[in-house]
Amino acid sequence: MLEPTLRIAALYPDQLNIYADRGNIAVLENRCRWRSIGCEVTAIGIGDQIDPGRFDLFYLGGGQDEDQRRCAADLLECKRDALVEAASNGAVVLGICGGFQLLGHWYELGDERIEGVGLLDVETVRSDGPRLIGNVAIETALAGSPARGVLAGFENHGGRTRLLDGATPLGRVLKGRGNDGVSGDEGCRSGNVIGTYLHGPLLPANCWFADWLIAAAIGSETSLAPLDDSLELAAHQAACAAAGVNA
Amino acid sequence: MSTVRLALASAVARAAAIALRASGSGGTSAPGKILLALAPDAIAQRSAALDRGSAVISATNGKTTTSSIVAEIMRGDGATLVHNRAGANMAGGIAATLNDQRGDFGLFEVDEFWLASLVSQLRPRSVLLANLFRDQLDRYGELDLIVDRWRDVAASATGRIVLNADDPLVAGLGAVAHNPLFYGIEDLTVGSDNPQHASEQACCPVCGEQFSYSRFFVGHLGHYYCPQGHFQRPTPQVTASDIALNGLGGSTFTLAIDGRSYGAELAMPGLYNVYNAVAAAALANSLGVSDETIVTGIRDARPAFGRAETVEIAGRACSIMLIKNPAGTNEVLRTLASDPLNQDLLIVLNDQIADGRDISWIWDADFEQLAQSQRVITCSGGRAVELGLRLKYAGVDPERISVRPVLDEALAATLDGDGERLVILPTYTAMLAVRELLVSRGAAPGSFQ
Repeated sequence: MLEPTLRIAALYPDQLNIYADRGNIAVLENRCRWRSIGCEVTAIGIGDQIDPGRFDLFYLGGGQDEDQRRCAADLLECKRDALVEAASNGAVVLGICGGFQLLGHWYELGDERIEGVGLLDVETVRSDGPRLIGNVAIETALAGSPARGVLAGFENHGGRTRLLDGATPLGRVLKGRGNDGVSGDEGCRSGNVIGTYLHGPLLPANCWFADWLIAAAIGSETSLAPLDDSLELAAHQAACAAAGVNA
Repeated sequence: MSTVRLALASAVARAAAIALRASGSGGTSAPGKILLALAPDAIAQRSAALDRGSAVISATNGKTTTSSIVAEIMRGDGATLVHNRAGANMAGGIAATLNDQRGDFGLFEVDEFWLASLVSQLRPRSVLLANLFRDQLDRYGELDLIVDRWRDVAASATGRIVLNADDPLVAGLGAVAHNPLFYGIEDLTVGSDNPQHASEQACCPVCGEQFSYSRFFVGHLGHYYCPQGHFQRPTPQVTASDIALNGLGGSTFTLAIDGRSYGAELAMPGLYNVYNAVAAAALANSLGVSDETIVTGIRDARPAFGRAETVEIAGRACSIMLIKNPAGTNEVLRTLASDPLNQDLLIVLNDQIADGRDISWIWDADFEQLAQSQRVITCSGGRAVELGLRLKYAGVDPERISVRPVLDEALAATLDGDGERLVILPTYTAMLAVRELLVSRGAAPGSFQ
């Protein structure tokens, strides 16, 4: 039997890396390796075409406004169709912070409205209010997640994202601000396409979620082999405690 | 604003400073805030009264160390300094410094975010803009915003603008500055062909294409050019070449000022401190200081507050090196790797406001440089666990990661090690706590400045 392999497409690692997105990739890579699951990470830059069948997981981080504008244009020009096709075949697409905004229909930047990929039914507007900054914890309803499916992290965004009718949030805010500071929604999920404002980075603080993504991406029928996660669990508890939530 | 009103406000602020010191609360900027509330133009008035004028230094990394080298040079030039040496670098701290100290020359390190407003009040003779790295995104926001603010300063400041030619984000400001003075590193052997993780991406101001590099020195500092030929690194007038890095012991290099060369010795470790020394030399040169005085000042300068200070504790050398963002941390780790002594390492990660509440940055720092470490690394501070996790995913053997959140216990455990050198890498608030604990454990308080 062929060893399973997780094939990750890291989109725009030179531009969209502002909140230590590298940490998320490091967690996915190591947790595969420790289980003898292969892991290939391919950097996909501006101008590169994507073969939708070549990847199991697409990662999209956040960047500065100008970088994000360039990436948005490139996504539409040469990647959107492939991403939509991959997602419809069950690939995992994870967008964090700016990456979350880019997965929606559009987001505002100054007076401009920038078109997104449209994989998530969300829209992001700018507000005169302050940036939403701080430790955050949310409760998800992901199948098979431990305890209450709590994710903890740090948020730092000026955009306010709203879910359109019928869209499902990734979770409910326990502590922190979430998508817009008022709705109590955080992130958005549609099948295996997930967007969230949680960095910290997200996966080191929530290794259970890294495993959920790995299993979803490689379509693992059996559960993943357990690892010695004592440090990982303590880190998760510390991140929850920083947000003011008991894990 | 009348001078009578300033005198009254000044007296109130001094009384507040005395009361605060007596109560032990030790805030350095509170009296300055009181002064500014009572006399809003106090900074401009006090600064205008300095006989030899003033100089301002801003950067993400190296502000305090560069200021301390400039201070040494200016003292050698006969100046009596008004200097915010404790690093209180926003309006309140600078107002308090101007109110408390008497001298003829003002030397101010200024927070990168507050630079524009403070330069317009201080009207310095020279402004040194040394580097921009991503730092505390929760507090400062994105780097592009700082670059825009700095551009306004470079265009409107009345004094000389001194710029790091090797930082494209900073050197680009030369286009709007009048007669800028550039400095940089010319020794290609101390650089590398590849960037570090999470280096800032700088783009050509003309065509927007990303710069190409022939050499990287520290993060995105290096020798770069626009692939379309629109912009390239300016030729610096003040340079370092023939650089020899001697671990934690310091460095030697050839300092050239307008083509005149001198052998320079620096008692501070790492390439990043060579940058600080060359920056200090360029700033002093812009102020008309003689070459000889500059070289002597660099030789006599000692590490600033928590920046590679070395004290003796229990018969062993103990070095404290502040870490606060990825680029600075990478350079500290690189310097440790070049030190011949074996080290017991204690890293302390806090997440107070002065440290940055967001600890994401530890994942952008190359802790992978510690992966081959054969000795136990102790992790402490409010976010000790996450630091331990970072080391695990950096490839450090989990058996060699000791997580002890309580700082006193962590310090005791590290002191029990048998390494020839004790190295402590604290974030800012952790650095203050570490110093206090070391003094209580018998390190001579006088060994701290």
